[in-house]
Amino acid sequence: MESGNIAWVLISSALVLFMTPGLAFFYGGMDRNRNVLNMLMMNFYCVLIIPILWVAVGYSLSQTPFDNDFIGGFDSFFLKDITVAGDGMSLAVVAFLGMFAAITPALISGAVADRMKFSAWAIFVPVWSLLVYVPVFKWVYGGWLADRGSIDFAGGTAIHVNAGIAALAAVMVLGKRKSAPTPPHSMPLVMIGTGILWFGWFGFNAGSALAANGAAAQAFMNTFLAAAAAGLAWILIEWLRDGHPTNLGAASGIVSGLVAITPAAGYVSGASPIFIGLIAGVICCYAVRLKHKFGYDDALDVVGVHFVGGLVGSLLIGFFANPSFFDGAFMEGIFYGGGAKLLLEQAIANGAAIVWSFVLTYGIMVALKKTIGVRVSEESEAGGLDLAEHGETAYHGAQ
Amino acid sequence: MKLITAIVKPFKLDDVKDALKAAGVQGITVSEVRGFGRQGGHTETYRGAEYKIDFVPKVRLEIVVDDQDVDGVVAAIKAAASTGKIGDGKIWVTGVDRIIRIRTGEEGHDAV
Repeated sequence: MESGNIAWVLISSALVLFMTPGLAFFYGGMDRNRNVLNMLMMNFYCVLIIPILWVAVGYSLSQTPFDNDFIGGFDSFFLKDITVAGDGMSLAVVAFLGMFAAITPALISGAVADRMKFSAWAIFVPVWSLLVYVPVFKWVYGGWLADRGSIDFAGGTAIHVNAGIAALAAVMVLGKRKSAPTPPHSMPLVMIGTGILWFGWFGFNAGSALAANGAAAQAFMNTFLAAAAAGLAWILIEWLRDGHPTNLGAASGIVSGLVAITPAAGYVSGASPIFIGLIAGVICCYAVRLKHKFGYDDALDVVGVHFVGGLVGSLLIGFFANPSFFDGAFMEGIFYGGGAKLLLEQAIANGAAIVWSFVLTYGIMVALKKTIGVRVSEESEAGGLDLAEHGETAYHGAQ
Repeated sequence: MKLITAIVKPFKLDDVKDALKAAGVQGITVSEVRGFGRQGGHTETYRGAEYKIDFVPKVRLEIVVDDQDVDGVVAAIKAAASTGKIGDGKIWVTGVDRIIRIRTGEEGHDAV
């Protein structure tokens, strides 16, 4: 049994790693053709810098000592005292959690697309990871928010709400793009990215059981169903409202369903994932239009999909959580005989993450703006970030 | 010698090519182009936001022919490229001062 568990966690780790290139294609296809390589690089950079940071101090500060409430320490500095003794699970978990740490700042890249200086991004990612991701992760997994009774199976609050609200803060400092938004330059790339994300998300959610067991199987099923339901909801709304069911609508719906089921994956069962997916699909389909109303330039809808989807999923746990099904030690949702206590704790947990992430991210961005600057020159923005920032071009020849 | 330039719908390219071969044309140059005429563009909707696509894809053909072949070639293109709907494209004819075949150095009629 122990070997089965570690095998599943290691496979899941690789699945989660694969999500970062998946996200890169998802975003890259939506971006304009002269900025696609910059978008891919912003994502891939996260899997270059974060693994090293994670092993150095990230894991230690976000986990050990386990009974700290707000922040860990340096007990596991460069994985000190983490050995392969026994089944090696503690080391596998460091790797698994490191993949989550890597993809979380990558989520923000979609918001700042088309105008953020790569040097500023290069500093933003590790600083944000240490100051925002690590503490919130600690609060949610073993810290004060967990102690109060809130639950987050695979990172709805710690990852999607956290990165989603950070994306809003980042674009508020960064400002709008100079030229009007363009349609996706490559929808096939978006669909490939979506497929990779969905595939990887089975590791993200079912792997978060940290065991090859029934909770993993239910989380797997929930990941399957919520994404399907949300994708279906989104294209139906488009069909009725705009006249056509679009590929981007299917992709956006799938991702919003995956985001929403993430916090709930190991806590809900039966038809609940379908309802969670449908609700998330409908709400996110309308939430992506809020940026037009409020005037913030979240280029690829990180706020509308990840922040809103994560928040919806996390709050819906307060209704759908079913501990008796899992024989779990968490509170019941309102539909399973619990009161509003769990819903309240979910709201508090997300509120805390939102405030911390928004304020700190805003501060980091302002500090970068006042020192090295956060935007490329107007000339670089007009000519494309691929050539200006990376000296490369995605598509040679006439366009 | 005349240069015949035609802008046609992309899906009509094969029909036009076959018609030109049947009319005895020895060579054509084809480019993928974008533009708008009376057809205008179209609207695409992504995540509920509408984008106006002004430039629609078209194919441009360039053919150099002797003066006496102009009418036959124009008629062949016109017949093959027509759907009767807006956006079928245009054909125009311009004069050519000189033409040279690079390999042999032949000029004028021999190089067509």
